[in-house]
Amino acid sequence: MSYRVVHYINQFFAGIGGEEKADYAPETREGVVGPGMALNAALGNEAEIVGTVICGDTYFASDMAKTSAEVLELIRKFEPDAVLLGPAFNAGRYGSACGAMGDAISKELGIPVVSGMFPENPGVEMYRKSLYIIETADSARGMGKAVPAMAKLLLKLLKGEKVGLPAEEGYIERGLRINKFFETMASERCVDMFVKKLKGEPFETEYPMPVFDRVDPNPPIVDMANSTVALVTSGGICPKGNPDHIEASSASKYGEYSIEGFDDLTSADHCTAHGGYDATYADDDPDRVLPVDVMREMEKEGVFKKLHNKFYTTVGNGTAVASAKKFGAEIALKLKADGVDAVILTST
Amino acid sequence: MVHVCTIVPISLTVGANRIVPAVAIPHPLGDPSKPFEEEKTIRRHLVEKALKALQTPVSEQTVFND
Repeated sequence: MSYRVVHYINQFFAGIGGEEKADYAPETREGVVGPGMALNAALGNEAEIVGTVICGDTYFASDMAKTSAEVLELIRKFEPDAVLLGPAFNAGRYGSACGAMGDAISKELGIPVVSGMFPENPGVEMYRKSLYIIETADSARGMGKAVPAMAKLLLKLLKGEKVGLPAEEGYIERGLRINKFFETMASERCVDMFVKKLKGEPFETEYPMPVFDRVDPNPPIVDMANSTVALVTSGGICPKGNPDHIEASSASKYGEYSIEGFDDLTSADHCTAHGGYDATYADDDPDRVLPVDVMREMEKEGVFKKLHNKFYTTVGNGTAVASAKKFGAEIALKLKADGVDAVILTST
Repeated sequence: MVHVCTIVPISLTVGANRIVPAVAIPHPLGDPSKPFEEEKTIRRHLVEKALKALQTPVSEQTVFND
C-alpha cells in the first residue's frame, strides 16, 4: 500500500488563469493537476498524489487565517499521510500561502509536509521554522530540479528516516539547532577552519551568523526646533515592577509607556527589565539608559519642539533578530502615526 | 534615527546609519563614577551629539565621534 499525498497549488499552476483569476475560491480535484504529475512520478510507487487542492493567491492572501482553515478542511477530507505544497518559486502570495498551509498542517494534522521556494520568497522568512522548504530557482524554469528534491525529502519524512543537514537535502535552513557529536574538539576544528581560511580554501562554519538587511540613510532633520523627538531603547527601561513582564532575555515583546509629566526618571518609578548587564546603575538612575532628564531640559530650552510623550522599550539580550525586526517595524509605524520626526535609540 | 550605543561594531553589523558611541554597556548615557552634575553634563553632551547626528546628511553608515 502506498502513502496518500495531497498536493496544494494556486490557480496559475492549476491552469485556471493568472492574476485575473487570483480570487479563485478553494476547490479540490481527484488525483494530480499540473505540476502534480511530475511530483507523482518522482514519488514512484511508494506514495501517490490522491488529490489536489487549488486556491487563488489573492483569495488566500485576503484572509490568511480563514482561508488556511478552509483549505485545511479540504486537505483533511482526503485522509492524507503527507502534503506537498507548490513549489511556489518566487511568487510571494503563493509562497506565503504554502508556508501558512505548512504551518497549519504541521500543527493541526501532524503529518509530513514539504514545499519549495526561492530563498527570497517572503514565505521563507515567515515560515521556514514551520516546515521543510526545498530551495528552488526563482521561476518555474526550476521545476525540473525542485520536483525530485521535494519528493525525495517527503518520502524520507514519511518513512521516518533521518533528515540530513540543509545542504545535504537541499532545503532552506530552518534556524533550528541540533546536537551533533564530533570526533575532534571544538578548539581543533576551529584552528583547522582558521588555517583553511588563511589558505583561501573553502570551509563550512558551524555557526552561521544571521544576515542583516540594510536601509538607505534617512534625510537629516532640517528644522529641529519644530521637531518631535522620541526615545526608544533596547536597554529594558520600564515602569518599576516591569508591569508587562518583558523577559530579561529573549524578549518576545516590547513595551509602550507614557512619560507624560516625568522630568526625570528615578529608582522610585522606573527600572530595567534587562538581564544581560549589571542592572545596578540603570536601576539607580534610569536616565543613564533613557535620558529623559536631559531631553526635558532641552525641550524646555526649545532645542526641539517636543519630547514624544511615549517611549518604547524592549530587552536586546539574546532576542531573536526576527522578533527585533518585528518590534522595530511596529514601533516605527506607531511613531509615524503619532507624528514623530526623529528617534534616539539607546542600547546597552 | 540615531543609535546611541556602546558596542559600535554591533551597531554597524545590524545596519544603523547614524551611530553615536556611548559610555559603557550598563550605563550608556551616564558615568556613576563621576559626581551627579558631571555625569549629567556627559549625558547632555551625548544627547547633543545625537541630535547633531540627526541633522547631518549622511550617505552611508556614519559613526559620530567627538
